Amino acid sequence: MGSSAPHPEPLAARGEREPSTREAGEGRRKPRASLGKWLVGAPPLLYLLVFFAAPTLIMVLASFRSPGEFGGLAPIVDETGKLDLNVDSYVRFVTEPVFARVFVKSAWYATLTTLFCLLLAYPLATLIAKSSRKYRDLLLLLVILPFWSNFLIRIYAWMIILGPNAALAKLVNGTLALFGAAPVPLLFSGFAVLVCLVYVSLPFMVLPLYANLEKHDQALLDAAQDLGANAWQRFWRVTFPLSLPGVYAGAALVFIPALGIFAIPDILGGPEDTLIGNLIKQQFLETRDWPFGSVLSIVLTVAALMLAGIAAWVGRRGAGRRA
Amino acid sequence: MALLDIQGVTRRFGDFTAVDNVSLAVEAGEFFTLLGPSGCGKTTLLRMIAGFDLPDAGRILLNGEDLADSPPELRPVRTVFQSYALFPHMSVEGNVAFPLQMARVPSGERKARIEAALEDVRLQGFNRRYPHELSGGQKQRVAIARALVTHPTMLLLDEPLAALDAKLREDLSIELINLQKEVGIAFVYVTHDQTEALALSHRIAVMNRGRIEQLDEPSKIYGFPRTRFVADFIGHCNLFSGPIREANGSLALVDVDGLGPVRVATATSAAGGARGTIALRPEKIRIAAEAPSGTPDNHFHGAVRDLLYMGDVTVYRVAIEGGTIVEALLANSQSGRAKFFEVGDAVDVSWPVGAGHFIVE
Ligand SMILES: Nc1ncnc2c1ncn2[C@@H]1O[C@H](COP(=O)(O)OP(=O)(O)OP(=O)(O)O)[C@@H](O)[C@H]1O
Ligand SMILES: [Mg+2]
Repeated sequence: MGSSAPHPEPLAARGEREPSTREAGEGRRKPRASLGKWLVGAPPLLYLLVFFAAPTLIMVLASFRSPGEFGGLAPIVDETGKLDLNVDSYVRFVTEPVFARVFVKSAWYATLTTLFCLLLAYPLATLIAKSSRKYRDLLLLLVILPFWSNFLIRIYAWMIILGPNAALAKLVNGTLALFGAAPVPLLFSGFAVLVCLVYVSLPFMVLPLYANLEKHDQALLDAAQDLGANAWQRFWRVTFPLSLPGVYAGAALVFIPALGIFAIPDILGGPEDTLIGNLIKQQFLETRDWPFGSVLSIVLTVAALMLAGIAAWVGRRGAGRRA
Repeated sequence: MALLDIQGVTRRFGDFTAVDNVSLAVEAGEFFTLLGPSGCGKTTLLRMIAGFDLPDAGRILLNGEDLADSPPELRPVRTVFQSYALFPHMSVEGNVAFPLQMARVPSGERKARIEAALEDVRLQGFNRRYPHELSGGQKQRVAIARALVTHPTMLLLDEPLAALDAKLREDLSIELINLQKEVGIAFVYVTHDQTEALALSHRIAVMNRGRIEQLDEPSKIYGFPRTRFVADFIGHCNLFSGPIREANGSLALVDVDGLGPVRVATATSAAGGARGTIALRPEKIRIAAEAPSGTPDNHFHGAVRDLLYMGDVTVYRVAIEGGTIVEALLANSQSGRAKFFEVGDAVDVSWPVGAGHFIVE
């Protein structure tokens, strides 16, 4: 994370190196270094340009066009020879509150997912970071092990686990019956969506948290204890603030994909669990209203970018205080 | 009653004994130093006082109370760590405020306490700085201010100056002495630097392989080392060993291997036949072109083998005819020649019988 990044300014300010010689040295190296940078950086840059920037531009353009009569897009130049660009789809998004509601719901699910992931991942990452080197790699392997099986298969597996005839549902409903409560369906519910979202997102929270916690200096905790801090105070005043860059990174990695997810609510959700990802998929594949689908996509992308920007800004502000 | 009483403390790691049956007492207001080579168990002993480690045997009493059951956060001692261990996400003020917050000192009182502690270490005005904006010496001062701000009964310092350069170390040493006098808190100071130990301490415990070899005032440690190890570890020392030929109450005659018979004053009544070591500081040795006459001093002939010119003094290493090398220190004269002898010069080294310190083995 940012905490390990070099900070040339304070070093120079402290006069530990001579600024003039440093700058001169860097100046000499510059032309060759930048050529190398371009050689190494150009292919991935090109890749991003072709497969990310270009489609995004196409989508932005599509969002201003009219839907075609039988789906897709209407010709960009209409019969009268006029350029057919309009903001109708944006107006529709703003004026029909149902879409904003789905957005809010998606954000709510993504927020809950992030919180639960954080609650589960923090102790797990701490455990891995504190375990001996011998077990550490094994534990990390176990964390990423689920990636070895197909994403959809893992979602379908939850269908079986949460199904009405599975042990879990029987246990829950049996317990509820003891208290005279009506049985609840586990599958096809917000609960199922959330459980699965947390399940698939967990490694993305564990890994950055682990990477951060693993670097923590035991001497700081010793010092805190020596200065009178009990276990909770040591965590809350030292470990947690120092782990914030990891928390932000993990939160971004969990929240943003969770915001746009469609497969999980499709398979495990009930009728009310339509999220923004499902809506976008519907617009493109079922309703075939591409301009409106593009608008939804763009709104989602902008929201995600804004959140990532905020996370990066907060993270940098925190890291700036660290050496 | 001593402030800190360590009774027969032992700590083992596997079958290795890091601290071996150590007993010592530190008085209130004392500057006490644990001195010893790397790996002799100084840090282990300090960690047991702080509570980060527990003895396998023995007791540690503070103000007469056994500390065995109190965790580090409840012990009224504070540690200054070698790595400073400042909280990087807190400013200087935040760091110094931390122990006050832990002790639930009311916030109205905190500000004044912080200012006083920063003044003690001469860091006024650094409140808003973050640790990465401080030099090594400044970080060390913050660490000390943070440890002192709650007025603990005792401060434990683990090689606090080791990471600093020589000049700064000297400055900070003087400040430490003054600070310790000012606050009147007992310091237990760990170092492997004998100069530092001699300069700072009221008393020194010289440790070797987990044991205390000698516990004394600095001048006694330097002048009257009790063991060969202490003599060798503290400053430069010529060590002459050999069987004792004869001894009568106050004087012993030792047949030093590779040198010859040497007379030395002794307080202990050593039996003839046993082996003894004479510890002789280089500055106690006279070096002259000609042998002195009419004195009972020990003297030997030799030639200057090499010399080390150090500005104020010159160290001469003289090869005696028997083969032994004797190290002698001579202050350089202000006027005339800078050095008295050159390499290869034939010289006579001598010292009074009272100059050497006799250690019976
Ligand atoms: N947790 C541990 N497990 C095993 N051995 C240890 C442990 N801690 C210390 N030791 C051993 O105990 C001995 C004493 O260590 P200690 O850190 O007390 O030395 P020290 O006198 O402080 O040395 P230095 O001047 O290098 O800091 C060393 O040989 C060390 O290897
Ligand atoms: Mg040590």
